[in-house]
Amino acid sequence: MAYVAIADRDHEIEHHDPQTFITKYVWSQDHKVIAIQYGLTAIFVGVIALCLSVMMRLQLGFPDNFSFINPESYYQFVTMHGMIMVIYLLTALFLGGFGNYLIPLMVGSRDMVFPYMNMLSYWVYLVSVIILLTSFFVPGGSTGAGWTLYPPQAISRGTPGVDWGIILMLVSLAVFIVAFTMGGLNYVTTILQARCRGMTLMRLPLSVWGIFMATVLGLLAFPALLVSAIMMLLDKTLMTSFFMPAVVSAGVQTGHESGSPILFQHLFWFFGHPEVYIVALPAFGIVSDLLSTHARKNIFGYRMMVWAILAIGGLSFIVWAHHMYVSGMNPYFGFFFATTTLIIAVPTALKVYNWVLTLWQGNIHLRVPMLFAIAFIFTFIHGGLTGIFLGNVVVDLPLSDTYFVVAHFHMVMGVSPILVVFGAIYHWFPKITGRMYNETLGRWHFWLTFLGTYSIYLPMHYLGFLGVPRRYFAMGSTDFMPESAQTLNASITISAIFVALTQLIFFYNMITSIRSGKKADPNPWHATTLEWQTADTPPKHGNWGHELPEVHRWAYDYSVPGYPEDYIPQNVPAELAPVGRDHGVKH
Amino acid sequence: MTVSLILLAVIMFVVIGWLLRQTLNTQPWIPRSTDNAVSGTSIDTPAKTFALVSFLAVVTSLFALFISAYAMRMHMGDWRPVSEPRLLWVNSAFLVLASVVYEWTRRAAGKGQAARLKAARLKRGLTIAGLLTFLFLGGQLIAWVQLNATGHYLTSNPASAFFYVLTAVHGLHLLGGLWVWARSTSRVFSGAEADTVRVSIELCAVYWHYLLLVWAVLFGLLLTT
Repeated sequence: MAYVAIADRDHEIEHHDPQTFITKYVWSQDHKVIAIQYGLTAIFVGVIALCLSVMMRLQLGFPDNFSFINPESYYQFVTMHGMIMVIYLLTALFLGGFGNYLIPLMVGSRDMVFPYMNMLSYWVYLVSVIILLTSFFVPGGSTGAGWTLYPPQAISRGTPGVDWGIILMLVSLAVFIVAFTMGGLNYVTTILQARCRGMTLMRLPLSVWGIFMATVLGLLAFPALLVSAIMMLLDKTLMTSFFMPAVVSAGVQTGHESGSPILFQHLFWFFGHPEVYIVALPAFGIVSDLLSTHARKNIFGYRMMVWAILAIGGLSFIVWAHHMYVSGMNPYFGFFFATTTLIIAVPTALKVYNWVLTLWQGNIHLRVPMLFAIAFIFTFIHGGLTGIFLGNVVVDLPLSDTYFVVAHFHMVMGVSPILVVFGAIYHWFPKITGRMYNETLGRWHFWLTFLGTYSIYLPMHYLGFLGVPRRYFAMGSTDFMPESAQTLNASITISAIFVALTQLIFFYNMITSIRSGKKADPNPWHATTLEWQTADTPPKHGNWGHELPEVHRWAYDYSVPGYPEDYIPQNVPAELAPVGRDHGVKH
Repeated sequence: MTVSLILLAVIMFVVIGWLLRQTLNTQPWIPRSTDNAVSGTSIDTPAKTFALVSFLAVVTSLFALFISAYAMRMHMGDWRPVSEPRLLWVNSAFLVLASVVYEWTRRAAGKGQAARLKAARLKRGLTIAGLLTFLFLGGQLIAWVQLNATGHYLTSNPASAFFYVLTAVHGLHLLGGLWVWARSTSRVFSGAEADTVRVSIELCAVYWHYLLLVWAVLFGLLLTT
């Protein structure tokens, strides 16, 4: 194969040594600083979204007790909570945050290939966040259309934020997509074109594989959201009729005619379903590395894990309409999408088996990152199984508008990725800050969060089976819902408030550890991947000093028979550690 | 959505197929010295070229989705086809010429000739290519005015709405290209060596060809529906 060493092409890398405080910490082109900027901004908006969810739960648990929650504000909380969590927190944190920090370090590069564009990506992302948050303060407030923004109701009178909120939401999404595209092109190009010598594709850690495939999905799927945002903006502002049918609103005929709301649903979910995997694939990758490192064992079935990531990426584009079973689609159409949905469960299940088999007979160290990683396996299996229920048309139809769906997607793409986010933060905290966190507080944070989230979402499945509808501000009095359902709702709300408060432990731990935590060892977990082998902790600008590292082995040489230590870093030459997986194993 | 699906399938097939070729028949758990000699650049091309090709995949996805939306919306019953202004043919000719001139400029930038001659060719080529592109964009604006004058407003019918939106999105992409064109042109006119702008000119040429192709598809779609 025609390979050329990136080291031989050093002239292609832009040099951008920071000169002043501003260029070092504010307008920085260093991927690590940009990663932290991305991460902190995402976590900041995530906390806002968490507060919004508490407000929703207050209404649901204790209806009509709070004067500041009315039907309008309730729908605004729901919408902003969903949109922020999925796009502005999870997508931005996994790709802009972890992607930015880990890619160059893990592939042995000095920085992203286009540092200036990388910097621009963050600042444009920040603009999108500011536009989004501005919508809280405009007349009418933010949009209350639900995170899916379905027309016609999203831009019809009566929906909260119909004047300005929806416009700001759509503009913010469009700006976010521009930011993501700039970042995404950087990630893909860096992974494929700027790896250090010896870092073949199949020696990449699975974190990089997950982030890579998620980026490819994002680059190809976000345009669908852009198309729908542009066309809905035109429907709203210039009265076109792309999505808007003829509607009589408040007794008045609107100017629209014959638009297709279903067209919007197709476009939205054409983005929306890959979006699930944009969030899930980096989590899959990162959790694989956490499990392997803390179980001191090579990841089970590395190649299968890579191929499963590729398969999930490809299949994720042909399952979108399983979100639309209730839209009145042709039954054959539903059958097709149910089939593809069940097929995508195969590579996903394969990954789950491999995680469990990685733990099998491993030397498991139950440190905080490992606790979060194992918890992810639980919550993901749980959310994945209910997904198989909902992937079938006949099961989905009665459950679609109930709390069962809320429970399902929160388990599978809310709780699971967030657990990985926490695990990853604890895992890489020593490298990023040079300090150790407080292990005891970390454990408290884990157990309270893990058990707390279960006490929120497990009962929701039951509420769903009872037929309790989602999206409702108030349930009213109905025959089919027993009074105990409301008691359960109150209990869920108390759990939600409890879990939200628990996060204060996390923030307290992080802040105090950065200020006065124990100084971290450069490689406290005895991990093999390159980011732990840097000369400085935290790594300095340019990451590697004078010489780029050279890779001689894959990322999972843990507990190799015949080697005195239980890990061999990727950059240890073959002569120094002449053992490999094929030694000591009978063929 | 069939159009988008087919295009995405092709893109995903290429990406996944290529990745599989890299990963099949490997045993990464065995440290091999031959692998160590292998460096980390997967495709022997400058990073900027690679990034442009990736970007074109993103833009392809964008236009494919617009076309899918167009194809779905036109079956809704209220669709009244627009008779496109004839000016579009002239505009198309401008864009074809712009693409041809850019190609000529790209070749001129690569040839090993005397620096002065090369610089003169680049100046001429870039100026003409830019001018033709501006003519195309100006022509598109006039076409909008003509269409408007015949009563086909943005809101009058989805067919005309799509006409305005598709031409606008295509025009905006060209404007983005003109930003890069302006940078390389100003560098050439301020006496930069041809080698320092060669990559930029090459990438612009590819981008212009690509946008010509997109315009051909869009124009064909608008004419036939």
